[in-house]
Amino acid sequence: MANSTTEKSKAAPAENISLMAVLAPAVGWLIPGAGHMIQKRWIRGLLLFVSIVTLFVLGLGMQGRIYKANGGDILDILGFIGDVGAGALYLLSLAMDWGQGAIAFATADYGTKFIIVAGLLNFIAVADAYHIAIGKKQ
Amino acid sequence: MTITLNHFSAALVFSLFASIVFGITHRENTRDMVRYGAYCFVMFLGGVLVAGWAMWVLKR
Repeated sequence: MANSTTEKSKAAPAENISLMAVLAPAVGWLIPGAGHMIQKRWIRGLLLFVSIVTLFVLGLGMQGRIYKANGGDILDILGFIGDVGAGALYLLSLAMDWGQGAIAFATADYGTKFIIVAGLLNFIAVADAYHIAIGKKQ
Repeated sequence: MTITLNHFSAALVFSLFASIVFGITHRENTRDMVRYGAYCFVMFLGGVLVAGWAMWVLKR
């Protein structure tokens, strides 16, 4: 009897951790910083959100290119993988057909890199949210 | 809407936001996060300046 009670009390936190370990990275990918916010790391989440969204929006503003799913050039494939990291921002850009401008000046190429890096930084933020969820990081 | 940043200001903005994310994700406590973020920012900008001067020297 005592053993079954102990097992129950151990099983409950484990369930919570595994749920958060799935939820935090998923939400964090969709909305940058949200994976931290749902774990009550408000300031970290806000800073991540502002940093990643600003980089992405600046990239679009600089007439950067959004990569679509493709099976062509390896650099295009890598660009797509980077862009996908931005989650909802990437999906919204595709839906609104943003990031399709012809590269007419030098800084437009910087814009493309800003967008890719925003996605890659969000991948790092997602991994961090996961580490917090499993208790590997505070 | 088109945003036009010159090369240095683009590097500055990039360094700032990338450093914030690196600081938060690569360190455990707040103090270390701030220190590592500042370190990354200085390294990014230092790298830009060193690379810029290196290219200037190579061009001459």
